[in-house]
Amino acid sequence: MPKFRSFRADSVVLRHSDWGEADRLLTLYTREQGKVRALAKGARKVTSRKAGHIEPFTHVTLQLAKGRDLFIVTQAETVNAFLGLRDDLVKTGYAAYILELLDRFTYEEEGPNPSLFRLLIESLERVEKESDAWLAVRYYEMRLLDFLGFRPQLFECANCGREILPEDQFFSFTAGGVICPRCGQGLPNLHLISLEALKYMRHFQRSSYRDASRARPILEARAEQGQSIQKETEVLMQGYFTYLLERELNTPGFIKRVKP
Amino acid sequence: MLLPESIQSLITALERLPGIGPKSASRLAFYLLRASEDVAQDLSVALANLKANTAFCQECFNITEAGRERCEVCESPKRDGAVVCVVEEALDVLALERTGGYQGKYHVLQGVLSPIEGIGPDDLKIKELVARVANGEIKEVILATNPSMEGDATALYLQTQLKQYGVHVTRLARGLPMGGDLEYADQNTLLRALSGRQEMS
Repeated sequence: MPKFRSFRADSVVLRHSDWGEADRLLTLYTREQGKVRALAKGARKVTSRKAGHIEPFTHVTLQLAKGRDLFIVTQAETVNAFLGLRDDLVKTGYAAYILELLDRFTYEEEGPNPSLFRLLIESLERVEKESDAWLAVRYYEMRLLDFLGFRPQLFECANCGREILPEDQFFSFTAGGVICPRCGQGLPNLHLISLEALKYMRHFQRSSYRDASRARPILEARAEQGQSIQKETEVLMQGYFTYLLERELNTPGFIKRVKP
Repeated sequence: MLLPESIQSLITALERLPGIGPKSASRLAFYLLRASEDVAQDLSVALANLKANTAFCQECFNITEAGRERCEVCESPKRDGAVVCVVEEALDVLALERTGGYQGKYHVLQGVLSPIEGIGPDDLKIKELVARVANGEIKEVILATNPSMEGDATALYLQTQLKQYGVHVTRLARGLPMGGDLEYADQNTLLRALSGRQEMS
């Protein structure tokens, strides 16, 4: 908890809901405090000075004051409104996916995590800028798992500990990593993972974003194979998230519905 | 149990309403207990009729009286059937009607797309709108969803769905509100206010 009655918070609005007569309750991810909830008084009035600054996806500097049990937003100024995320439904969907994952994995009062905050901002920028969000979203997922302590084991078999050989493998949600074909024979609930898909996942885990984005030309050069790899990693990661969160995510279904 | 069963059950029922906590609920319950007979009587009749006497208009999905196929607006011969204004909630119809400046018909979506809450196109009355437009009578669709991320997403989706029918699709203008303040306006609003500026005449 902050020592001061009022403090500045560099925040991203994760979600909002209506509250009382004309107020809005915000769920924020802040650089200073991690996840917090704050009340924006009068934000649903047409003449509100805050309303436009506190829409979801917006990167905004807020002045938060300690209220009786919630923070109260006293000032708001947009840093980046990510307007490009709003003119394109699929991008809106992916941005919402990024926010939903963070919202589901974090808790209030668990404290700040500046690297996670930076990852969030960078990922929103990438989804806004790039024509295809696949790379930005997969990279975000991998890094998010790292920061939260769920980094999947992709280099050694999660069962026998031997090094993974260049061949098709299994992936286990419960063991949180790759299982080699020899161990995988007798184990239940495994998911196949192709050599190619594993290569990309490893690449995202080890490399900077700039290096990771060099991998994409390979995907584009062999369009058909590239698409099946994209699909495979997407399905696998979503399965893993559903397992970790013990609940289905909302946004993948939405993205599927609006994708042309 | 300190309170008689009938008071306690009223308190419990009132507590389930939004914005009413246990204290407010007991205050209301005791007010009704002390107030004259007809206050409670009127309230109970109104509550009983609320669900029984309302239904959705089969054309625009606004709320109307039970037993009616279509609402007052849809039935009125004075209304222009070539223009349809798409809104999120029935209350938005009320707001537009209060202005007295709109002569077309409505379509109530009964919600808004929200990727984060998992509300997709199938949860709204979108198919019904597309069917109305496909009938051919409609020339213009005015998208009057709220100017929020969810409202914009809904408008965007509707635009893609309606494109193939060749109707004129418009969106309510966005700009600076009456009594507003330029200094506090956000980029999105200011940009749109600039691009939608109008000749003074």
